[in-house]
Amino acid sequence: MSKEKQPLTDTLHIPEPEDELTHPMKDYLRSERLPHIWCSTCGIGTVITAFITGLEKSKLEKEKVAVVSGIGCSGRAAGYIRLDSFHTTHGRAIPFATGLALGNPELKVAIISGDGDLTAIGGNHFIHAARRNMNLTIICINNFNYAMTGGQAGPTTPLKANASTAPYGCYEYPFSLPFLAESSGAVFVARWTSLHVRRLAKSISEALLKPGFSFIEVISPCPTLYARRNRLGTGLDLMKFYHDNAVIKHGADTSQVDIKYQESIIVGKFVDKDKPTFFESRNNFLKDRLGNHFIPYKGPEKI
Amino acid sequence: MKADPIGVATGSHYLDGDHACAEGAIAAGCRFLAGYPITPSTEVAERIAERFPKVGGMFIQMEDELASMAAIIGAAWTGVKTMTVTSGPGFSLMMENLGLAVMMETPCVIVNVQRGGPSTGLPTLTAQADMMQARWGSHGDYEIIAISPNSPQECFDLVITAFNLSERWRVPVLFMMDECVGHMTEKVEIPEADRIEITPRKYYKGDKKKYKPFNFNDSSNITPMVKAGDGYFIHLTGLTHVENGYPVISAEAQDKNVRHLVDKIKKNEEKICILEEDQINDAEVIVISYGISSRVALKAVHEAREKGLKVGVLRLITVWPFPEKRIRQLAKQVKAFVVPELNLGQVVLEVERCSSGQTKTILVPHAGGSVHNPNDILAAIEETVA
Amino acid sequence: MTYWRVPLDLNEIKIPHGEPRIIIKRCKGCGFCVEYCPRDVLEMSTEFNRKGYHYPEVILEDACVNCNLCEMICPEFAIFCIETKSKHPESDEVLRRKDKS
Repeated sequence: MSKEKQPLTDTLHIPEPEDELTHPMKDYLRSERLPHIWCSTCGIGTVITAFITGLEKSKLEKEKVAVVSGIGCSGRAAGYIRLDSFHTTHGRAIPFATGLALGNPELKVAIISGDGDLTAIGGNHFIHAARRNMNLTIICINNFNYAMTGGQAGPTTPLKANASTAPYGCYEYPFSLPFLAESSGAVFVARWTSLHVRRLAKSISEALLKPGFSFIEVISPCPTLYARRNRLGTGLDLMKFYHDNAVIKHGADTSQVDIKYQESIIVGKFVDKDKPTFFESRNNFLKDRLGNHFIPYKGPEKI
Repeated sequence: MKADPIGVATGSHYLDGDHACAEGAIAAGCRFLAGYPITPSTEVAERIAERFPKVGGMFIQMEDELASMAAIIGAAWTGVKTMTVTSGPGFSLMMENLGLAVMMETPCVIVNVQRGGPSTGLPTLTAQADMMQARWGSHGDYEIIAISPNSPQECFDLVITAFNLSERWRVPVLFMMDECVGHMTEKVEIPEADRIEITPRKYYKGDKKKYKPFNFNDSSNITPMVKAGDGYFIHLTGLTHVENGYPVISAEAQDKNVRHLVDKIKKNEEKICILEEDQINDAEVIVISYGISSRVALKAVHEAREKGLKVGVLRLITVWPFPEKRIRQLAKQVKAFVVPELNLGQVVLEVERCSSGQTKTILVPHAGGSVHNPNDILAAIEETVA
Repeated sequence: MTYWRVPLDLNEIKIPHGEPRIIIKRCKGCGFCVEYCPRDVLEMSTEFNRKGYHYPEVILEDACVNCNLCEMICPEFAIFCIETKSKHPESDEVLRRKDKS
């Protein structure tokens, strides 16, 4: 870094090579793939740093954590995280992850994907994985639109917000994701924004350690499409908006946390309860019914 | 490697094709099945649901076929042998993630007990009209293996072959039964475990940091796999990728990646194809068939032989990859091919293509709902020699 | 700094010091770190990096307390702090001055 201010005309000044290998998250990043594809002031990268911080905090063995993503901007998350990582088809991150989590019950599988991927095209998988209390941690990055394809309206686009397929404003009612998750059976439900990095990281570490279906919604700025179409400024302006309008209410009733266009956003940890996971229920039930005839699924043999 | 005796119900059984298929899968070492009920394939899942808890397997009934297919790919990467079961409408839904399995070169078996279509069609009646969907159903260029059994015994035997081919070539294998075979009950002999040959999955055992999940340079030497959870930190994607699994969006990467997917099957056609030939040597007409139609065709062939007509039989046990080489050879030798199938002309197109005008190709079509009247096949044979 | 009541362990408390490191070529100039640094250590440079973005630079070297917020909020993995000893004994003074302002 040059200390002296250079004249603005000298834009071709190439700075000294940086010591990127010392980045504290290097062991968790596929650094060779950086810089990533996300736009300037997009919040997805911040969610990844919070995920890595949360994962470190959880002290889970790195080898035993896998990340699965679907399609879309957030769908690219898996590609930058140095864990077993899978970039699957649109909407199918949850069933793919179900296969991983059941195939090897020692794995903790986290899903990092977008609102459209998880709750529109993948909505059916979402509610059923929650119903079964599958051992999955879902981190849903909600930017209120389909950004990868150019800013179309989605299942979370607030009423009145503009989107490329809602050019006069959105007139469909949006999902309130924490309410959807809780009513479908999730045992852990939280919502934060990209600004709440420390609280988000803490929630992620709690969710990773929680057996069963845990769900975290992260409201995240989309500067290039959602913010631009709605004249909300840059991602930084949205971060300032979250700063001024996010209200932390732990334990809030999820039926009361819907998001309205540019109004206050209720964040916090809403649900944290205990319930046997799919795997535990299955084992206990079959053991009870079949006695010694039951051979529990042990996962693949070691090689 | 020999089969694990815990999953092998050795002995003589009286089973329908669906149940035999389930037993075959268990004998082959399948321990993960994700499925969704659909007539006429449900009995496979039902038998698995009953048997798996007693052999250490994991059965899950998913919310739909999209999920079932996605789940078996995920599970396959943890190191377990996986399968899903469906029929036409569900097969259509599976096409999306079948492409993902092809792209991630994931071994797994998809059973399609065919029924009449399009759409809901004939849920309880037979057809063979998904053969081209099996070949081309998912978007993009790829090659696939499809096997077509014609008896409950074969449902047992060949589903084991399906698992073996799938592991050998790291490719999803489609097991194309039909309602008739699925619901036909016959004697099924299940041999001793030590007489069942199993192809184990090949695992990589070298330096963890040097592992690459793909190798696009050698189409007959398939890259060993690793298991999620073993610290290889693999990245797999449905995007066009290079050998380390990372996506690269370019024409060059696309050429390497897709060419490999096609070549590993196409160039090894002769190693993969399983054909059954009978009375070929002196044949002037050859009846080419598969699945239940091949059994109906047999009656027509017997009658034709009794009438003194020189008719041979070629049965496609693997329908895909198509045995191009063999059909080209035979096309030079015979006057005609007769192709009976329970659709209005699918595999016949391939026969016609491979015979390249060197011989006549006659389709005996049937829209499905029942099997052919053998007399129709006989009439077609007689027509060719008349 | 004037305390309403003086903490008993005031003399034992050491204010941590950090030094932000910036991986300039990764930066996309979002300004999150500059905006949210609680010590206002950073400012956007007038220079561009290779991709044409302004990147942050350190303006108050000794003010960093190694809180790592920049590292966590950076969407580009382009900034982090390493713990250092204060280079200047008067650094605490810098902090005090800031707190008063």
